Amino acid sequence: MILNASGCLDALTAPAVARKLDAYVVKTVTLEPRAGNPQPRLAETDFGMLNSIGLQNPGVERFCTEVLPRLEELGIPLWISVGGAEATEYAEVCARIGERATVHALELNLSCPNVDPAAEGAAEIVAAARAATEAPLYAKLSPLLPDVAGVAKSVLEAGATGLSLVNSLRGLALDEWTLEPRLGRGVGGYSGAALRPVALAAVFICYKATDGEVPIVGMGGVETGKHALDLIAAGASAVALGSILFRDPNAPERVRGELAEELSARGFKRPEEARGVAHRSQND
Amino acid sequence: MPAPRRERRKVAGSERVGVYTLLRFERGGLDAGIPGQFFMLELPGHVVPRPFSICLAPKGELGFLIDPVGPVTRELCELERGQEVSVFGPLGNGFRTDVDRPLLVGGGIGVAPLPYASQLMGKPPAILGFRTRHHAEAAKLVPKAEVCIEPTLVTELIPAVPMNVLACGPEPMLHAVHALVPDAQLAWEAPMACGFGACYGCVVEFESKSVRLCVEGPILNGRPPVLPVLNGSEEEKAE
Ligand SMILES: Cc1cc2nc3c(=O)[nH]c(=O)nc-3n(C[C@H](O)[C@H](O)[C@H](O)COP(=O)(O)OP(=O)(O)OC[C@H]3O[C@@H](n4cnc5c(N)ncnc54)[C@H](O)[C@@H]3O)c2cc1C
Ligand SMILES: Cc1cc2nc3c(=O)[nH]c(=O)nc-3n(C[C@H](O)[C@H](O)[C@H](O)COP(=O)(O)O)c2cc1C
Ligand code: FES
Repeated sequence: MILNASGCLDALTAPAVARKLDAYVVKTVTLEPRAGNPQPRLAETDFGMLNSIGLQNPGVERFCTEVLPRLEELGIPLWISVGGAEATEYAEVCARIGERATVHALELNLSCPNVDPAAEGAAEIVAAARAATEAPLYAKLSPLLPDVAGVAKSVLEAGATGLSLVNSLRGLALDEWTLEPRLGRGVGGYSGAALRPVALAAVFICYKATDGEVPIVGMGGVETGKHALDLIAAGASAVALGSILFRDPNAPERVRGELAEELSARGFKRPEEARGVAHRSQND
Repeated sequence: MPAPRRERRKVAGSERVGVYTLLRFERGGLDAGIPGQFFMLELPGHVVPRPFSICLAPKGELGFLIDPVGPVTRELCELERGQEVSVFGPLGNGFRTDVDRPLLVGGGIGVAPLPYASQLMGKPPAILGFRTRHHAEAAKLVPKAEVCIEPTLVTELIPAVPMNVLACGPEPMLHAVHALVPDAQLAWEAPMACGFGACYGCVVEFESKSVRLCVEGPILNGRPPVLPVLNGSEEEKAE
């Protein structure tokens, strides 16, 4: 299953790209509208890019009245990414979105590097969201967590259906002459190629910690079918494309084709057969 | 409006124009678009492409005027005939060119979209401001241009009579032009990663509205945007 990473595609400006995905993940929606961070919001840097968008979004009310109906017209399965400053906000957004045939899952963004983190622990937020909705819930975790397996287990116990791994790292780039931060906000989210081994490790660790029993969306620096296959081998059941979409809007179709070739070159008939194979020779 | 396409294109030629470089690509199946629209140019080894205004559209070619300010722009200025770059466009909304009393106003590298505008609009009057004489060599790309060098500013030369201003330049210049001519069409800038509305990197506030410059601009007060950008029509087929 190939998805986009939240915040890396707008299905309304690029429906042709969204239609090539198995589901479209919307940019994180919060309870109140958010204007986002000041310019500049982007900078290319070593092995990746920095962004400080700051979860700009119209808020759940306008999202539900103005955006969601237009997304539903596209006829693509939708995942809604949900953010907030407190557990009650996450729960409220989940409740307002409600259960809809078009919405296949909610992804709880527990890890945006561009906003101040929620005060509560991840498990508390998931439990509040679980009480507000019956929809499948994916907990999106940060690669900065020291104990990602521990957090993964706690969110699953709190009612999460699956995991989304990983959000961006934190990074800084300085202007070549002034030596001041290139982003208006200073530090930003670091995504792209540099994230690949980090994401791979997070997926690998969480797959093992959960005995391969929960769905895992792997993402971070995926640019080719081989990168997608690596995540699947480490334990991902789906792969999401992020920053690559900016330079190659054809990436969903291309990566899907490359993945099929990489699988068959190794004798796998379906992606499911390759899931978790990285763990075969691992002893405890 | 022509649908954007993404194609690998060969450099057809490159020449220095003062401190800038005029870089021409073989056009292939790409449409030149309208003045004020832009293309994303992507160099191998870089994570995101960069936006550049269409500067000239000679037969079978696309021309861009590049100011070498960072890694990608410096590499673009060094490209040689025959080298390949991925070119994606035309993108953005573009200038309204069917205006009664046009006046083109450019500052520095903001001259870039004006040669094409001048050509399609029948060589209207133009005012161009530059930092130095060396920078001002680019004025030769715009017929009938009145040129000023700092400390003289373009806004000092804008006549008091009502004109339909099409402006491109650094932000302080655009603010000054906007204050003087509130309905001026302004080519605004912000770093962009995608050019088709995906990343929200290019969002700016204009007249207390938040706009994604790559889809609702880059021309503020320009043509209405054409959405969706990538709708899957035949012409859009990438590479
Ligand atoms: C719609 C549009 C049209 C443009 N047309 C032209 C053109 O015709 N010719 C031309 O030379 N340049 C043009 N630019 C600017 C050009 O895209 C940037 O100079 C380029 O991206 C810089 O890339 P780099 O790798 O050389 O430098 P980077 O390392 O990416 O940036 C160098 C410095 O420039 C700043 N910067 C980068 N991009 C922008 C931007 N878009 N706006 C303001 N500051 C920025 C960075 O913060 C940094 O301080 C245009 C920009 C936009 C948005
Ligand atoms: C410009 C940009 C905006 C993003 N916005 C969001 C967001 O709104 N919500 C979210 O959960 N993740 C967001 N992300 C993180 C991505 O979804 C993804 O987790 C991360 O970029 C790693 O994948 P990549 O390396 O393939 O880009 C954003 C990333 C980028 C580059
Ligand atoms: S450049 Fe990505 S949204 Fe405008």
